[in-house]
Amino acid sequence: MNTLQKFEAKQLEALTAETNIPEFSPGDTVKVNVKVKEGTRERVQAYEGVCIARGGHGIHASFTVRKISYGEGVERVFPLYSPRLESIELIRRGSVRRAKLYYMRDRRGKSARIAERKTGHGIPKKDDTKK
Amino acid sequence: MRTGLIARKEGMTRIFDTEGRAVPVTVLKIDNCQVVAQRTADQDGYVAIQMGAGTRKIKRTTKAMRGHFAKSKVEPKQKVAEFVVSAENMVEVGAELGANHFVEGQLVDVVGTSIGKGFAGAMKRHNFGGMRASHGVSISHRAHGSTGQCQDPGKVFKGKKMAGHMGNTRITTQNLKVVGLDLEEGLILVKGAVPGSKNGWVLVSDAVKKQTKDIELPMPAGLKQVAEQQNTENNSEAPAEATEENSEA
Repeated sequence: MNTLQKFEAKQLEALTAETNIPEFSPGDTVKVNVKVKEGTRERVQAYEGVCIARGGHGIHASFTVRKISYGEGVERVFPLYSPRLESIELIRRGSVRRAKLYYMRDRRGKSARIAERKTGHGIPKKDDTKK
Repeated sequence: MRTGLIARKEGMTRIFDTEGRAVPVTVLKIDNCQVVAQRTADQDGYVAIQMGAGTRKIKRTTKAMRGHFAKSKVEPKQKVAEFVVSAENMVEVGAELGANHFVEGQLVDVVGTSIGKGFAGAMKRHNFGGMRASHGVSISHRAHGSTGQCQDPGKVFKGKKMAGHMGNTRITTQNLKVVGLDLEEGLILVKGAVPGSKNGWVLVSDAVKKQTKDIELPMPAGLKQVAEQQNTENNSEAPAEATEENSEA
């Protein structure tokens, strides 16, 4: 590990000490609780939508969340380890075949749905639960 | 005027400040930075400190430099550079300076050798526009175009921007803010970019043009021993677990 990697690892450790970031991937529906400053007061605002992309590595990691707000598509890119994020909740896993779901931008209504993923990584197998 | 330090550029990363904003930083490492020699007004006609940093194998050091290092009783250094100082800020030979030489929030100037680009065309070197991709232009899409007028003046003016060697020159970046220090590892975090490649040597000194008034800088220099003493004092006061947490944060 060189000095820079060591430094980044140290930063990451400090940033992830308090927050618990769930494992999520593109296609998943997530709820991001963002700290918002209004004058002197600080409150938490939730932003819920589909994660359409994950980017970057280590401390530079980010993710894009897309939602339809009042009929208008809205996308926000969050730094994964930003201290402005109070927490990230995984609402629903989605079954997708792409790492970047930019095709969602051209979809409206029925075709913009993502099927729920019930198997695969992060989900315990049925056999395991039976035993 | 205080002395500067020789540092190695480790690369760039980001940190999050207290507001949660991402700040792009360059990580500079102070590695074995010692005073090698003094330049005094009586002997040399000017006042300066010669600093050395890094470690060089003895067998790779020339005999002349071996003698020079032996005289000041320091290990052979990889990089040696001089910093002009005012007489009252002279530091004794052999003193090791650490990252505590600088203070968080202060501004620094960083000198480095820019990355060499070789023989570069006018488009890359001087941001020329080049020529059109079509409409009859042949072979000269990236050419610089006309270089002058006609029979009068009948010459190309000196200083005309043309293709030529680019990069690999000494560059100073002024007024960079120190946003963090890691005294244990000897790291200085400077906001923004610093000239030169990774693992290149850079010279870091107090900003010449601007300095925030309410920041107290260690005079005449930030000695490493002093910083270590302070750390051990702190450690003895607080329980061991607490200090570990502090160092991580």
